[in-house]
Amino acid sequence: MSAGLEASGRLIRPGRILAWTLLFIGGLIMATPLLYMFSTSLKTSGQVYDLRLIPTDPTLKNYVEVLKDGRFLRWFLNSLLIATAVTLSNLIFDSLVGYTLAKFRFRGRAFVFIAILSTLMIPTEMLVIPWYLMSSQFGWLDSYWGIMFPGMMSAFGAFLMKQFFETVPDDFLEAARVDGLGEFAIWWRIAMPMVTPALSALAIFSFLGNWTAFFWPLIVTTSRDLYTLPVGISSFSAESSIRWEMIMTGAALGTIPTLALFLVLQRYIVRGVMLAGLKG
Amino acid sequence: MTPERAAEGLVPEAKSLRLWDRLGIKTKQAVWAWIFLALPIAFYVGIRFYPTAQAFWLSLTDWNLLRPPNFVGLRNYAKMFADPVFWKVFQNTFLYLILGTPISLVLAFFIAWNLDRVRFMHGFIRALYFLPFLTTAAAMGWVWRWFYQPLPIGAINGFLSWLGLAQQPFLRSTTQALPAVLVPAIWAGLGFQVIIFLAGLRAIPQTYFEAARIDGLGEWAILRKITLPLLKPTTVFLVVFSSIGFLRIFDQVYNMTTNDPGGPLNATKPLVLMIYQTAFSSYQMGYAAAQTVVLFTILLIVSLIQLYVMREKT
Amino acid sequence: MFRTAKAAALAFGVSVMAMGSARAVEIEYWQYVFDSRVKAMDQLIAKFEAANPGITVKHTTFPYADYQTRVVAAKAAGQGPDVVQLFYGWLDNFVTGELIQPLDPAVFPHAEIEGEFFPIVEAMKRGEDYYGLPTAVRSLALFYNNDLLEKAGVEPPANLEEFLKVAEATTQRDGSGNILSAGVTLDMAGQDHHWWREVLIRQNGGEPYDAEGNVAYDSEAGAAALKFYTDLQTEQKVGLLGFMDEGQAAFRAGLAAMTIDGTFRLGAFAANPFAWGVVELPADAEGARSNYSSYFANAIGATARGEELEAAQKFLAYIASPEAMGIWLETVGELPARRAVALTEENLNDPIRAPFLKGLEYAHTTRFYDEAAQRQTAIDMVNRVLLQNQPVAEAVAEAARAEQAIIDAARK
Repeated sequence: MSAGLEASGRLIRPGRILAWTLLFIGGLIMATPLLYMFSTSLKTSGQVYDLRLIPTDPTLKNYVEVLKDGRFLRWFLNSLLIATAVTLSNLIFDSLVGYTLAKFRFRGRAFVFIAILSTLMIPTEMLVIPWYLMSSQFGWLDSYWGIMFPGMMSAFGAFLMKQFFETVPDDFLEAARVDGLGEFAIWWRIAMPMVTPALSALAIFSFLGNWTAFFWPLIVTTSRDLYTLPVGISSFSAESSIRWEMIMTGAALGTIPTLALFLVLQRYIVRGVMLAGLKG
Repeated sequence: MTPERAAEGLVPEAKSLRLWDRLGIKTKQAVWAWIFLALPIAFYVGIRFYPTAQAFWLSLTDWNLLRPPNFVGLRNYAKMFADPVFWKVFQNTFLYLILGTPISLVLAFFIAWNLDRVRFMHGFIRALYFLPFLTTAAAMGWVWRWFYQPLPIGAINGFLSWLGLAQQPFLRSTTQALPAVLVPAIWAGLGFQVIIFLAGLRAIPQTYFEAARIDGLGEWAILRKITLPLLKPTTVFLVVFSSIGFLRIFDQVYNMTTNDPGGPLNATKPLVLMIYQTAFSSYQMGYAAAQTVVLFTILLIVSLIQLYVMREKT
Repeated sequence: MFRTAKAAALAFGVSVMAMGSARAVEIEYWQYVFDSRVKAMDQLIAKFEAANPGITVKHTTFPYADYQTRVVAAKAAGQGPDVVQLFYGWLDNFVTGELIQPLDPAVFPHAEIEGEFFPIVEAMKRGEDYYGLPTAVRSLALFYNNDLLEKAGVEPPANLEEFLKVAEATTQRDGSGNILSAGVTLDMAGQDHHWWREVLIRQNGGEPYDAEGNVAYDSEAGAAALKFYTDLQTEQKVGLLGFMDEGQAAFRAGLAAMTIDGTFRLGAFAANPFAWGVVELPADAEGARSNYSSYFANAIGATARGEELEAAQKFLAYIASPEAMGIWLETVGELPARRAVALTEENLNDPIRAPFLKGLEYAHTTRFYDEAAQRQTAIDMVNRVLLQNQPVAEAVAEAARAEQAIIDAARK
């Protein structure tokens, strides 16, 4: 950096300040929709038309009204349960697949790898009709399992984990074998702890993806009690008779949990996304 | 099954010990590999490959939920290719891709490139760009829909009117509606792309830049000759990833146009919304399956073209 | 049978009560989500269950947008509702899809239905069978915001000429001509397409459909009706399609002086923070009026058999009873489907209900084959004129072709 400063001298400094200012303004623009959402959720129906960002007379009345019948809480818990269960399943099975493909030598390995990877090319939208048929035949429509089953494993996760398991030295695994550890234990107790950064990256991706998933839950759920938060927010908004302060409150309630999580775990999330993006 | 079988394997005194001991190391490895892969293979076959084949089959039938499917040959495809709405939707889908991918990637790159050199409030600014990525598209569709309202309620038109500019119809226009729906999609994805670009930039060894500076290269030359070529893998990943995202756009359109889905006059309707309506509003499952086959083909071709074009030098 | 269970319970006490309740029939009732309708139905179910201890009713609701699909999907999965609500315009879909069964004439005699209900119940008849009975019927009227009218110094309009004057007087615009408060709401996705179809076309001397049910509005009358409607935005500039997103939202916010809507909106408008009233839809220059009436009926699901069928019939009979209609009127605001319950002295003198009841007398009921698709043709027609400047006559002709194609496809 100091070399750069010397090389271009004065030219760079004002440029950098300009760049910083532009970046900062851009960042504020990015945050504006969220700020307006929160601001409007604190207004009464009569103040919605006042477009000032800071509400003159903020109130939590909308939140009380939206939360009082418990359905948002229910949708929140549904989403939490589903995203957590699917994430756990992905952590276990994707790393099992990734580990096996990275560390075992056997006939058919390349075939299995390519077959699994090729599923990345199949869009979910193509599968929903057969999934819907399958769910209706097995009675999975309108159930937690029905929402979850398509995402229990992911080719992306398997690929990511394979990349990371390949960096684990074979010597460690061999040493464990010599010590008499079973294959399952070698994977679970030796290999898994060595790829925790990848696991946390996969966990973040999987959780976020399932938390915001809309298309399949919209199709497979029918009763209001089983809606996930995005489906709930969408139907709540559509049925609100366009009461914007209520719609914004619902949207804010859907956004607060992930924002809060981000503020706490910012470091890990950013690092996780970087890891997944680079290796994926 | 796998965990139990696997757990047995932990115990050397298991019954099948003698046979097991006679197996060579290679065979043992293969057996374990297939045990580990058993459940995943069942999953990929049952929940990915079989439904894919079924989607192809259903696209040749007239299945409509109420009656069992009858084979109708290519009639669904003939109907689709003769339908002007399908071609409109086809065009929209590509517009989302052709506008969305370059705009978002160019923006993301320049943000990341500048952000990479910024130290003051780096974390805070990065967070501002990243926040929208954590939101739910279904909820944000409604927030943006509100933004686009005409006066006296719409924030953007309020701002325009404050500047003394003319009101814009946004979602109520056949030309502005599609870009208006695209903006929240770009907005939500930008943070992710910025982060990935940042990671890519950091992965370039500093010595390259130092050497270039010693050679007297200017900032632009460094960007063109060193940064961009070395970022190619990152760019390829983001181009493919975001192209697929824009081709599959749904959540924003669905929530921003609930009164006239994909409207006005189908100006915003992407293929996935058409599939949803065909399958789950008019329950013509066979016809919808044919549309999904088209989507599949588009995704396949676009990904292959991109991988091919960006293949050299990576 | 229920009586035996009850007697046994009385005789043997609590333990047998459990057995009795295990034998009780549970039936499922489905309707779409609309706040006041859900509340009204909950009340009806509570009353019904109190009067029929052996029967419990499970009340399930779905969003309107995919209500039909849910019913079809449930049928495909073999688990449909026992009593189901449907829009009269969906009847063909429901009958051909075998989602519902015809009403047993022994339980629901035709003479009684035809004698006591408003004639539009006819729309539930296919061949010799009735497939459902409505609790309430709906018609359209003009809602006005009295505060805005008073401020502008105008009276609620009686005919289209006055309607335009009131709209102009109540519209508020900013310096650049942008509407800040509309004279009238324009919302084709709401009730306006019915207004155009069954009212404005007739007032311009046309007919929306001929005797065989084919589209007949590709005429001067159809074009004139559409021109009247789109001129509200382009010439008079008293309304804006999409203003406040939905017409009802604009009216409720006090930012539209007039809106055309149905009886079902009365519940939602009750909380409006301003004085409002209702008048009949404006007459034309000769004083001719028309209206559009419609209803949601309740039908018995195709899968109901035996005990459940019996319970479903009892429940349907109850929710189509005069008592239920009274409760529905109070809670939802929709008009009773039986003449005797609707046309009471009290209702005819009620300033809110009377315009709707009068409208019912001269109302038409569109024979829909695919209500959603046919409505979409009207939405697109107006959009082509307003957003793409298509000439009115061409827009009507194109809409007529599209709607006729839907009708032809449905008849096949």
